[in-house]
Amino acid sequence: MSEQESSSDEIMSSEEEEQQQKEGFSYWNLKDVERGQLPPHIRKQGARVHCKSDAPTNTETLQYSGSYASMGVDNSLRLDPFRENFRIKIIALDKDKMEFDMIGIDAAVANAFRRILISEVPTMAIEKVFIANNTSVIQDEVLAHRLGLIPIKVDPRLFEYLSANDTPNEKNTIVLKLHARCNQGQPRHTVYSQELKWLPNGSEFAKESEKPDSKLSTYTSFSCSQDSLPEFAGNPISTMEDIIVAKLGPGQIVLKAESDVWMMDLIHAVVVCGIKHDIDIGLLVLVRVLAVMSFLPDTRLQVQVLRCLVILQEIELEAHAVKGMGKTHAKWSPVGTAWYRMFPEVVLLDNIEGEDAEELMKKCPSGVFDIEDAGNGKKRTKVADSRACTLCRECIRGDEWEKRVSLHRVKDHFIFTIESTGALPPEALFTEAVKILEAKCERVITELS
Amino acid sequence: MEHGSVRDPSSATFCFVDEDHTLANSVRFALNQEYLLYSTVLLIFNIYIPRVSFCGYSIPHPSDAKVNIRVQTTGDPAREVLKDACQNLMMMCQHVRSTLDKAVDDYRRNPTDMDTK
Repeated sequence: MSEQESSSDEIMSSEEEEQQQKEGFSYWNLKDVERGQLPPHIRKQGARVHCKSDAPTNTETLQYSGSYASMGVDNSLRLDPFRENFRIKIIALDKDKMEFDMIGIDAAVANAFRRILISEVPTMAIEKVFIANNTSVIQDEVLAHRLGLIPIKVDPRLFEYLSANDTPNEKNTIVLKLHARCNQGQPRHTVYSQELKWLPNGSEFAKESEKPDSKLSTYTSFSCSQDSLPEFAGNPISTMEDIIVAKLGPGQIVLKAESDVWMMDLIHAVVVCGIKHDIDIGLLVLVRVLAVMSFLPDTRLQVQVLRCLVILQEIELEAHAVKGMGKTHAKWSPVGTAWYRMFPEVVLLDNIEGEDAEELMKKCPSGVFDIEDAGNGKKRTKVADSRACTLCRECIRGDEWEKRVSLHRVKDHFIFTIESTGALPPEALFTEAVKILEAKCERVITELS
Repeated sequence: MEHGSVRDPSSATFCFVDEDHTLANSVRFALNQEYLLYSTVLLIFNIYIPRVSFCGYSIPHPSDAKVNIRVQTTGDPAREVLKDACQNLMMMCQHVRSTLDKAVDDYRRNPTDMDTK
């Protein structure tokens, strides 16, 4: 009890404290608790998580409105006081990251916002990849997976979901094209996501049709070009620019089996190859040919060798992006991550002076404590930046210190951070998340009525 | 969907399809906050009485996208209390949304003055 009373907490006024300390502790001196109010230590248990060196205590939130009904205390959360007490402080905000304090809300609702942000706010992501040619070292399925994870910078609210029976059209699909090649003699080519080019008219790949004379159809059926729509007119759809999709090396030599080849043909092939490509490759082919020959029993070369092919590494594909949610696949998650932590509160229970003050300042790796001048040349610890506290509990290691410093978390003060992947700015994402929770409630209400 | 007894509408289990902890835990929170207001004759005291005597939720199987919410009330039909709780939660959300919009506007105008009510 005395520990909690001496802490400089807003719940208990300092006057009360001082008076009790002067008089010495006695039960008879305790004031009656006003009807309709909880004693300060119970209020404190409800409002703070107490982080002790071995484990935190008072971690639960008191949700039930009738928790203290027998004491005449109403614990319900009513809308008017909620509106009065709820606050949002924006700490940092830029185009892809936002940090803000959300004060006066229950963890259940804050957590719902976080969960919705991660898994239920929709975005557009590549879902189907049509690979026309892929001679790179990266396999088709790995390539397709990598493409899927590239964030597409487009507002998902402008699109509809593509359901199983729908045909891909300009309202539910974004088509992107990728054509990259490493030409002969060029150094290794790195394919970045910015090489994905938007096709506002839809797919360019023709579908193989059963009837030979039927009209040419592609994999999408756009009724109009997307860039004629007002929302994309001056605002072409692009992806995150600097993500490595694949690396293309210079071509590789493939020896392909053909019918009877004689020595002269072989030499011819080597020479042609040397002229056509370059001498090094010609020599390489010669070496390979000789190597193949040495394994053959018949040295008269009535063997199935070979045509020399230099295959360039090339990727040609079309990627179709559709709308989806993070709970289906993380590629649709609009946030890198979204998280919150409860506000840390550091309370000094004791005057910490002199060498102890220095020691405490050194103990804390995140610089929560600072030293102030207590007058007459004495140094005293003060809490300079409790927000920086990571609750590593380094400062309360050892019995001594736990009696002098007390660490709490404020249960209804959340430091919320949202990292957007680029589809929408973080503040718009949060608004969308709140709207989704509203829509869920509305659905329940309509289903019950 | 509601599974309740015909005789006693004050307790029922509701099954939300395609929902998970996100909604269920928030609704449980909102249900726990439901109260009835009795004003005394002289309007000196307002007495708040909880409307819910028990509520909780469970996910019967992690592979099924559904949650069961159990509501037992102090008298009102469980269905009505649940509806009111959802309504309250919606109002809270609306307030959060407008507060955020205001906070963002204030921040854009003056990034150093961060406090928005």
